[in-house]
Amino acid sequence: MLRFILTRVSLVIPTFIGITLLAFFLVRLVPGDPIETMAGERGIDPARHAQLVKEYGFDKPLLTQYGVYIERVVQGDLGKSIVTRENVLSEFGQLFPATIELALCAILIALIVGLPAGIIAAVKRNSIFDHGVMGISLTGYSMPIFWWGLLLILLFSVQLGITPVSGRIAVQYFIEPVTGFLTIDSLLAGDIDAFWSALSHLVLPAIVLGTVPLAVIARMTRSAMLEVLGEDYIRTARAKGMAPIRVVALHALRNALIPVVTVIGLQVGTLFTGAILTETIFSWPGVGKWLIEAISRRDYPVLQGGTLLLGMVVMSVNLLVDLLYGLINPRIRHAR
Amino acid sequence: MTAETLEAPAVAAPSGTPPHPAREFWTYFSANRGAVAGLVVIVLVLLCALFAPLIAPHDPDMTNNAVFLKPPFWQEGGSISYPLGTDAIGRDILSRLLYGARLSLVIGIAVVALAIVVGVVLGLIAGYFKGIADIAIMRFMDILMTMPSLLLAIVIVAILGPGLMNAMLAVAIVVLPHYVRITRAAVIAETSKDYVVAAKVSGAQTVRLMFSEILPNCAAPLIVQATLGVSTAILDAAALGFLGLGAQPPTPEWGTMLADAREFVLRAWWVVTFPGLAILITVLAFNLLGDGLRDALDPKLKR
Repeated sequence: MLRFILTRVSLVIPTFIGITLLAFFLVRLVPGDPIETMAGERGIDPARHAQLVKEYGFDKPLLTQYGVYIERVVQGDLGKSIVTRENVLSEFGQLFPATIELALCAILIALIVGLPAGIIAAVKRNSIFDHGVMGISLTGYSMPIFWWGLLLILLFSVQLGITPVSGRIAVQYFIEPVTGFLTIDSLLAGDIDAFWSALSHLVLPAIVLGTVPLAVIARMTRSAMLEVLGEDYIRTARAKGMAPIRVVALHALRNALIPVVTVIGLQVGTLFTGAILTETIFSWPGVGKWLIEAISRRDYPVLQGGTLLLGMVVMSVNLLVDLLYGLINPRIRHAR
Repeated sequence: MTAETLEAPAVAAPSGTPPHPAREFWTYFSANRGAVAGLVVIVLVLLCALFAPLIAPHDPDMTNNAVFLKPPFWQEGGSISYPLGTDAIGRDILSRLLYGARLSLVIGIAVVALAIVVGVVLGLIAGYFKGIADIAIMRFMDILMTMPSLLLAIVIVAILGPGLMNAMLAVAIVVLPHYVRITRAAVIAETSKDYVVAAKVSGAQTVRLMFSEILPNCAAPLIVQATLGVSTAILDAAALGFLGLGAQPPTPEWGTMLADAREFVLRAWWVVTFPGLAILITVLAFNLLGDGLRDALDPKLKR
């Protein structure tokens, strides 16, 4: 087991270097002088320009610059935003809980709906329900989620007036951040009105973000269940006269869940991709919206730092999923 | 065309009369109603794209001050000369959608073509030569795959600058690892087979071995991935357009149209609804076709 962990963890190192290289060259590959690009249309006088070149270290050789960059990254210094003058890492830290809250709710919705749908579709193979689930999930999988979000706003916010259009919570509430999740924090503060407000802001974005993972989970659960239901030990259990529900829930589901768990882990990248779009549509104050705004403001330190941090989060989650998978499934651990 | 080239060498003739590979493929494929429906929709979209100048009632870029945000013809205030209504500066939505079909198909096919050419070459090199080339290529692909796809595309576009060409390039880079991995896996599986050894013994050069012996037998998974890849490419390029990083206005690209329409979501449902519907239908059709092709081409699933 130790060997498996060490091998898997050592594979992370090249990926980490790759992500830092990507983030490092991000600023340097932008055509034109980086200082002038950052200064924007206002321009900059030569003295200040020379000073900034020195300050950012652009006058040193590329390898030295990269070394300095890595040194700073390891110390947690990702530079300051050009627009807000705030530390990139602390800005990320403030916004990240909003993205996590959204992503967790999305994956929760996907699981609550997707798992049972996939199981029932597999058990009732070729029924109308099966075809319905497969049709809907393929549609969900093909959905341009930025459009899906606009449609839901059109229906629930404009036509029915049930949910708010944008933001995380109505402006009159101020909740002291404890966990950073507004739904939990408002409950901790004992403010039920604020909780409902936070929840009503969260529902639509979470549905939108959960759509693609839901479709993937439903399809994966169905095919994993179909495979397991054809196994000999299931036939044996049935032949022994075990109740059908017990066969499905106890014997089949346990083995069918292994590939499903992996798929859920792999959805993390999809979730962050989706979060960029979802947060933009619903003005959700998370890291996705922050990054898109950084592009339009040419705020390169934010773009650089945000890319690095998001890449590392995804990398770490993938690593964690792999390790957990090895823990659940000994066949993986001992492979090779 | 593709079906024969990939199936012909693979089937060893059993006793009796084997069906022609193309016919066998069609039997499996046509049994899948979803796949056939997808194919029909794709042909329709293709026809719309080809004959857009003939079908479109208006010039897609022509604005008309008399008809701002006119609703579709079945709603009050709509007229049949603008069947799906007009946008905020009086352009005909149907005409823009028809011309947009051209863009989306070109995007999908160009992105996949680029990714396949580069991916197959890299995959062949990695799978055939193994060793350092293999490790270097596959590590690089792993890094590309670690980044969330849209984030990576956004970073690339941020470096290159917004625009349709750069967006297409970015999406091609993002989807590249899939083709490299599939090719490499197929090459490794094929290289040890007898026909490759036979070709080698009879004196075939490396390049010939790689491209005319091994590659055709790796075609099936690549065709499936390419079909599914077209839908990913269309979706990602539309997402970039929606974020203002892809095709720039007034280009009638579907995602860019949605970005323009966003602020009118409260007043005019049609400017938001139709471009997204066009994206959904096209992407769904390619996914259905891809699923059907996989079932028909994958010998493991044949019963």
